[in-house]
Amino acid sequence: MTMLLALGRSAIAALALAVLASIAVPASAQQPTQVNPTASSVKEDQLFRQMTRIDGRISIPDAKEGVLIQPAGQSWRQFHEVTLPWIGAIAILGMLALLVIFYLTRGMVRIERGRSGRTIMRFNAFERFVHWLTATCFIVLAISGLNITFGRQILMPILGPNGFASWSQYAKYAHNYLSFPFTLGVVLILLMWIAWALPNRTDVEWLKQGGGLVGNKHPPAARFNAGQKIMFWLVVLGGAAAAISGYLLMFPFYATDVEGMQTAQMVHGIVAVIFVAVMLAHIYIGTIGMEGAFESMGTGDVDLNWAKQHHPIWVEQEMAQSRGASQGAPAE
Amino acid sequence: MARMKFLCDADRCIECNACVTACKNEHEVPWGINRRRVVTINDGKPGERSVSMACMHCTDAPCAAVCPVKCFYTTADGVVLHSKDLCIGCGYCFYACPFGAPQYPKVGNFGSRGKMDKCTFCAGGPEADSSKAEYDKYGSNRLAEGKLPLCAEMCSTKSLLAGDGDVIAQIYKERVAKRGYGSGAWGWKTAYKETIAS
Repeated sequence: MTMLLALGRSAIAALALAVLASIAVPASAQQPTQVNPTASSVKEDQLFRQMTRIDGRISIPDAKEGVLIQPAGQSWRQFHEVTLPWIGAIAILGMLALLVIFYLTRGMVRIERGRSGRTIMRFNAFERFVHWLTATCFIVLAISGLNITFGRQILMPILGPNGFASWSQYAKYAHNYLSFPFTLGVVLILLMWIAWALPNRTDVEWLKQGGGLVGNKHPPAARFNAGQKIMFWLVVLGGAAAAISGYLLMFPFYATDVEGMQTAQMVHGIVAVIFVAVMLAHIYIGTIGMEGAFESMGTGDVDLNWAKQHHPIWVEQEMAQSRGASQGAPAE
Repeated sequence: MARMKFLCDADRCIECNACVTACKNEHEVPWGINRRRVVTINDGKPGERSVSMACMHCTDAPCAAVCPVKCFYTTADGVVLHSKDLCIGCGYCFYACPFGAPQYPKVGNFGSRGKMDKCTFCAGGPEADSSKAEYDKYGSNRLAEGKLPLCAEMCSTKSLLAGDGDVIAQIYKERVAKRGYGSGAWGWKTAYKETIAS
């Protein structure tokens, strides 16, 4: 279709040129010695009609310098100055507002039968280490990343230009270096938990009942409920997108040119602000949103009543396993 | 006050790269950094043209707009300069710049981006004019000595013009009128939102 359009356009242009030339003939006939060396020369406007940027050959060794003019920077500027701050503000402040409203209406999800005093191990030391490795890296990455988009408006007036610049310099170092342990954490999360994060029929029921967050029902769940599975995939896929786009930016021109980097920055920015918003919800439900939930990543041992309430299938599986292993000895 | 601009008359540029070399020498630009470059379009084909390009010192400069630490400023002469003390080497000015002007020494994290370097219109930086600190970071400040950028001053065909935008536009217009052709002021529409009617 565009080919046809382009053909049509060039046909019209050729026609217009022919008409112009026929008019111009008498004028050039008066000055036959006048030579116009630019008649066949490349022109900026004409090149921009044909392509989105102007490239050429360059004799210095730095081949990427061959891009003469790339107006795509203008639309990237629009994205960076307007689009991303709006998406970020709506996603993050919107999520905060939702969480506040939810907390005020629903309050903390209690352990209905109270604490049993008996505990069951939910996450072992390695799992907790990987979680907190990823989590601490994420928090530093999120703050140092948001600083690039919002720091100029929020922090610069407080810290002053010099203070803000040196803080941002350290924030950039932290952002670059901590990307490695963060990526490692995401990879380990994938390998460690994927076996429990594959969707199955229980998830459909869990989602139908709104995860028990809406209403008072308690849809059954295995080790991870559908919400946690979704969180898992958001972390794995979002983390992968953020890591890949981030490394494209950190190592300029290794794999992409300037347009690739503009796209990478857009992907990185959008994924990052949504990631932050999602993590706010994750932090909420893991702390003030649900009684007894934090312990799973704190000590690793959760109260048996909490486990039975939220993950009954998982508790049954664990019980059966330990009965089989220790010939009827108590789970503890 | 003058509004400083660059104009490359592509019909005169012979791609000698003297502007590139003069710039490197004048400012002792580090290895791997090219504040100015010459790009040849349609190389070897009829109608090929070479254009010498550096920072165009844009009106409403995109680099300044996107800089997360606001390290850019525009002088009274319309020259876009930046502070290397504030720059964090994030690369955003490079993404936004239509002319590929921002350059980064490979000294930062993982040798990717140190503090940005670009053409200063031979006008130094925020430090005291012609001070050693200014020279070390930004190169010489010819404007403070009443001289124009060296690249244009030494251009053998006077293809590259630098100076007050109105004056160089007038010179170009006269050339076009006299010789009867001109391939236009490259980059002016993008940088200054204007063209020179020829």
